[in-house]
Amino acid sequence: MPPRNPGRGYRLMSSRGLAALIACASVMIRTPAGAEVRVGEAFPPFERAGLLGARIPATSGKVVLVDFWASWCAPCKASFPAYERLNSEFSSKGLVIVAVSVDRDATAYTAFVKRFTPSFLVVLDRDQKLVREAQVPTMPTSYIIDRQGRVRYTHPGFHGYETEKALRTEIAMLLSE
Amino acid sequence: MTHNNRALVVLAMITFAAASSGCSTAKAVRVKPWERAYLADPTMDPDRDPLATAMAEHVYFSREAAQGGRGVGGAGCGCN
Repeated sequence: MPPRNPGRGYRLMSSRGLAALIACASVMIRTPAGAEVRVGEAFPPFERAGLLGARIPATSGKVVLVDFWASWCAPCKASFPAYERLNSEFSSKGLVIVAVSVDRDATAYTAFVKRFTPSFLVVLDRDQKLVREAQVPTMPTSYIIDRQGRVRYTHPGFHGYETEKALRTEIAMLLSE
Repeated sequence: MTHNNRALVVLAMITFAAASSGCSTAKAVRVKPWERAYLADPTMDPDRDPLATAMAEHVYFSREAAQGGRGVGGAGCGCN
């Protein structure tokens, strides 16, 4: 009978445990999602997000307002009439409004668009690729992008007249640059 | 290795596993704003039927001799 070595079993268990622990940790530490888009940064490109719906025209040299919305989000509904007003006021001067829905349910998205019939661009980010890249802090969130493609202003949430007033001022300023 | 040291190593392993699994940060388990469609559904609202809520409150009051203090209420998308 071989001499008993009480430390051997424990050492074996310990090394196996450590290996398992490292393996678990490597699986658990996932690749971080896109960081939140901040003022001064470039907005993630629309092309690689696989957006459904209207085709987004070339936006280079234009002021772009990107709004993330969803059919289940009440302030998003409240924001649509404001974007309608801004679009009718500034679209001829070089503003492009792109309203990106993050709905997973295409039926709810379609029903919402049918009901509001917006005159600005509405697209569906069904796989939520673009919103994951942008990492919006709340719903809705809008970004104003200048003619150079840099994010100049962000608006987390929609707070009625206050937000609309701020958007109008900022858009007018960027269009005049 | 003594029994105490073994316990210490096991404890350290558990702590490391808990920390690396994301249990330590509230951000890791946060539902993202764009993933709250189900939370915003009216059926997620525990007070969607006022009559049922009133009856449940009455039963609760009668049995427990207590009223209110039922925690934070409601569902919703947590928008704005």
